[in-house]
Amino acid sequence: MEWGAVSSEGKEVSTILESGSQRTLSPYVTGTSVLGLKYKDGVIMAADMGGSYGSTLRYKSVERIKPIGKHTLLGASGEISDFQEILRYLDELIIYDHMWDDGNSLGPKEVHNYLNRVMYNRRNKFNPLWNSLVVGGVKNGQKYLGMVGMIGTHYEDNHVATGFGNHLARPIMRAEWREDLTFEEAVKILEKCLLVLLYRDRSAINKFQISKITEEGVTISEPYALKTFWGFSAFQNPTKGAEGSW
Amino acid sequence: MFRNQYDTDVTTWSPAGRLFQVEYAMEAVKQGSAAIGLRSATHIVLATVNKATSELSSHQKKIFKVDDHIGVAIAGLTADGRVLSRYLRNECINHSFVYESPLPISRLVVQLADKAQVCTQRSWKRPYGVGLLVAGLDETGAHLYYNCPSGNYFEYQAFAIGSRSQAAKTYLERRFDNFDKYSREELIKDGIFAIKETLQGEKLTSAICTVAIVGVGEPFHIINQQAIEQVIQSLDIVEDAQVEAAAAESASEEPSAAQEPAAAAPMDLQ
Repeated sequence: MEWGAVSSEGKEVSTILESGSQRTLSPYVTGTSVLGLKYKDGVIMAADMGGSYGSTLRYKSVERIKPIGKHTLLGASGEISDFQEILRYLDELIIYDHMWDDGNSLGPKEVHNYLNRVMYNRRNKFNPLWNSLVVGGVKNGQKYLGMVGMIGTHYEDNHVATGFGNHLARPIMRAEWREDLTFEEAVKILEKCLLVLLYRDRSAINKFQISKITEEGVTISEPYALKTFWGFSAFQNPTKGAEGSW
Repeated sequence: MFRNQYDTDVTTWSPAGRLFQVEYAMEAVKQGSAAIGLRSATHIVLATVNKATSELSSHQKKIFKVDDHIGVAIAGLTADGRVLSRYLRNECINHSFVYESPLPISRLVVQLADKAQVCTQRSWKRPYGVGLLVAGLDETGAHLYYNCPSGNYFEYQAFAIGSRSQAAKTYLERRFDNFDKYSREELIKDGIFAIKETLQGEKLTSAICTVAIVGVGEPFHIINQQAIEQVIQSLDIVEDAQVEAAAAESASEEPSAAQEPAAAAPMDLQ
């Protein structure tokens, strides 16, 4: 039913609905956790490629990590179409920035703050972009990693994760993160986290992309799967010790 | 009343390809009291001459802080200068709000120039009658720009605008080769010297000049009057010494140490 529609009595429903605008009241197609961490030479980010339609695993090759300009990587969880809208905003922003043609360019810090303003502005219109975003990058030898929530919450850290990852992956990253991680070590940590998420997060799928950004630029891996082992005894009777009413 | 039939409107060309109204606006800049700017690799100094319109009045402000990393000095119509300063402040604060980072100087200057240009192409407008020396520090280093009413802008190592600025320009042209290596103290000293040149014999006191600086680790600020007074004092002492040395030389024909060009000495006298 369209907003501003007429009720069964023939009266208009309410003035606020007359605008005919649509809001995201709940997300439709969503992506799950994104993980990011700083390592020796830059920032590394990982996410699976699933797109869930409610609880149906509807899409299997959604790219949820994208480069923004020269110095920034953006990862998104939450509503995929809202992420696409954000990418359109950023595309315009980066092109506009480039058109000055003066050698200045937006770095990860600027993009992070811009996104924070966009997200908070939209929540103030009671029309939030339904995403958690991870922003990472390197500019002038400075590593940067931050997060923006769908209502404009934001912070920087050495490692971040959205959604389920915040509960399941961050404790692992907290225990294992070091300033001088090599790329290989960083990948190892992320894959460990991705595997835990794959086992415990029902919307995670076994098809991932890992990407890194350094002073040299962005590399996003081809999709790949991790080896799983479902023979753990804890997997045998998952509801044991968690008795429900049914 | 009019100089010719082509100057009644900003948008009217003369057959010789000139826009007289725009040229008149540039003339307003020349009639304002002098403003100078000079730049090292890390710092920029702005200095202005303060002229009160009457014995009974105070002088008008000619240097404005735009943001922590940018400041301007103006010559021409002060009222126009204030309007443009407010515009610049607005642009800076909006940029820090959206990106939480300082606006690059080159961008600000282009925006300012575009704003001035519009006034040269609309029949119902008039050009701004003010020239701005924009000094700022950003990721790409220290910068000094001159924005003029025509909508043109130029980057400089050192520049002077306003009345009798030619004398300051001549002084700066003689010395600018070394400016990149200058310390902030040397830069301030040469700034004050350049101001002195525009006074043409009138006595330089800290009351008739304003000096401001911005640089690495130093947000834009106006240097306090006592500090300027001290520098002026030291300049006076050196000049007296030079005069005496010159007198001594003509008397004895002996080269003396004090005759050396005023180099590092003045600052040692603080």
